[in-house]
Amino acid sequence: MLLSVKDLRTWFELRRYGFVRVGHVRALDGVSFDLKPGEAVAVVGESGCGKSTLAKTILGLEPPTAGEVRFDGRNLGKPTRELLRWYRARVGYVQQDPYGALPPFMSVKRILEEPLIINGVKDRHERQRRIYEALTQLKLTPVEDFLNKYPHMLSGGQQQRVVIARAKILEPKLIVADEPVSMLDASVRVEILQLLRELQREYELAVIYITHDLSTVRYFSERIFVMYGGKIIEQAQMEDLLADPKHPYTEALLRAIPDPHPKNAETMREVPPGEPPSLLNPPLGCRFHPRCSKMIEGLCDQTEPPEVDLGDQHIVGCWLYTDQQS
Amino acid sequence: MRKTSSDSALLRIEGLRLHFKTMRGTVQAVDDVTFSLNRGRTLVVVGESGCGKSSLARGILRLLPRNVETYSGKIYLNGDELMCLTDERFRREVRWVRMSMVPQAAMNSLNPVVRVEDQVAEPLLVHKCVTTREEAYERAREAFRMVGVPLDFMTRYPFELSGGMRQRVALAMALVTDPELVVLDEPTSALDLLTQANIMNVLKQIKKDIGVTFILITHDIATSSELADDAAVMYAGQLVEFCDAGRFYLDPLHPYSRGLMGSVPTLWERKDLMFIPGQPPSLLDPPKGCRFAERCPDRFDKCEEEPPLTEVDVGHWVKCWLHR
Repeated sequence: MLLSVKDLRTWFELRRYGFVRVGHVRALDGVSFDLKPGEAVAVVGESGCGKSTLAKTILGLEPPTAGEVRFDGRNLGKPTRELLRWYRARVGYVQQDPYGALPPFMSVKRILEEPLIINGVKDRHERQRRIYEALTQLKLTPVEDFLNKYPHMLSGGQQQRVVIARAKILEPKLIVADEPVSMLDASVRVEILQLLRELQREYELAVIYITHDLSTVRYFSERIFVMYGGKIIEQAQMEDLLADPKHPYTEALLRAIPDPHPKNAETMREVPPGEPPSLLNPPLGCRFHPRCSKMIEGLCDQTEPPEVDLGDQHIVGCWLYTDQQS
Repeated sequence: MRKTSSDSALLRIEGLRLHFKTMRGTVQAVDDVTFSLNRGRTLVVVGESGCGKSSLARGILRLLPRNVETYSGKIYLNGDELMCLTDERFRREVRWVRMSMVPQAAMNSLNPVVRVEDQVAEPLLVHKCVTTREEAYERAREAFRMVGVPLDFMTRYPFELSGGMRQRVALAMALVTDPELVVLDEPTSALDLLTQANIMNVLKQIKKDIGVTFILITHDIATSSELADDAAVMYAGQLVEFCDAGRFYLDPLHPYSRGLMGSVPTLWERKDLMFIPGQPPSLLDPPKGCRFAERCPDRFDKCEEEPPLTEVDVGHWVKCWLHR
């Protein structure tokens, strides 16, 4: 396993007046999964479901409250400086907002050169070669035109490509992409996703693609995690999930997404009532039960559902698929 | 001032231009846009960011920033020409009385220190649509009911509501004066999937119940199909295609519209996605001929000249030399 996450919890303490503790926001509450080298997974969920916290915890930007992240066999629980440096040379991060992620006062060349300098690539020609290689791969050609440009001189799509070039220049084993295309125009989204996909295949990169846009997932990865209320509630192969979603939330989510078609205007869409739970005080039992049409009284609103393995990498956290429900 | 015109067009726009003055020159945000929209229909305006969609909305409602250089053309609402009105008359008699708007990120544009019921009732009182405060609040209640906000939320402040609820309040504000036309600028882009589907349901219901005419400005083509009767595609400040929804979503003609449709990821339908290489031209100094020529897969010599917007079929307008 390249990355192994076990029962990961990241809670944020909430204080009033700066010191009175009033509780915790349980942004991430018990997430476990494994990722093989070269594997691409997508994490989908609505805002506030904890998907960005998952990215940040995996990247070591937020310390986990409990649980374990193992990368290449090493535990990243309480990392030392050396361990962090080792780790960060092996994971790349593609942020959501490319303009915010690039330092405005650095040229593209400097942005790409810095990680190389920090990680001890001393030979200038070697650095030059790798910068050229990265920019060519991301189709920022002719490279000379881009080297001395500053982020504000580039379009959104080009900025995002520089961010991806920066993430991959150290030849990492894992890239975490947090909504990499949500700020871009529809016409360039596909291009960026395809570039990322090509990189993933060519270098056997593992990629965690975090998004709220389910319809882009199929063009990127085979495996998908669905998050709700700080937990992964269903994981499956994308095709299985589309054909046969198990969790009522996944079902609702799939029903809410339209393909462009004029017929859509004629019918109403079925949407579950209510809103995602507050993570400050999540509901007892299954977190989806207040909105769920298949709620089993006395069970779903009392006890958290277990993770049920339905085979073929399809795992669902729902009481409907256990023996206890009858 | 209200009069019924013989033709059924609620809104007719002819040669609308909106240019802005900037340090680096003139930005031609909206350039010679012409279309007409019938009563009770919903027009979806799509295009990439920076193509002038929002400027078109602002142009229609005359909500202009200070650096306007050119604002010309003709806008007819129900047969009345609006461009000849003074700003003051426009404010008094048209904006929010006969047409209103839900601005982009409306949920964040509510006044944080005023209760939402007061904010929704305010346009009625300002425009003297009602005589008493009680009547104003009664109509506000009606608007809340229409958009699906529980009535006990009326006395809350915006921060006490979720994003979806705030978006509905902004919608109630636009509907409360019973306008003929409502312009929605990206009404759901900042919301979650399920909330988005919910708001779309609300809009559909309103359309069915009170027959208001909507202009929906969006870059989200899949979601826009939930509401569309007609579709307009904008590119670099110009209208490049205008037709009904059936033709637009299934078989658009302009190469840009085709590229745009081809780049929409679909969940159920299997297809190879396309993308449009390159980026839109700068509106500071747009190319002389067809503005899309540089990125167009089907370009030929003729594209050096600007194509006219032609009606290729009944109600189907395309601005492309391929379709004449």
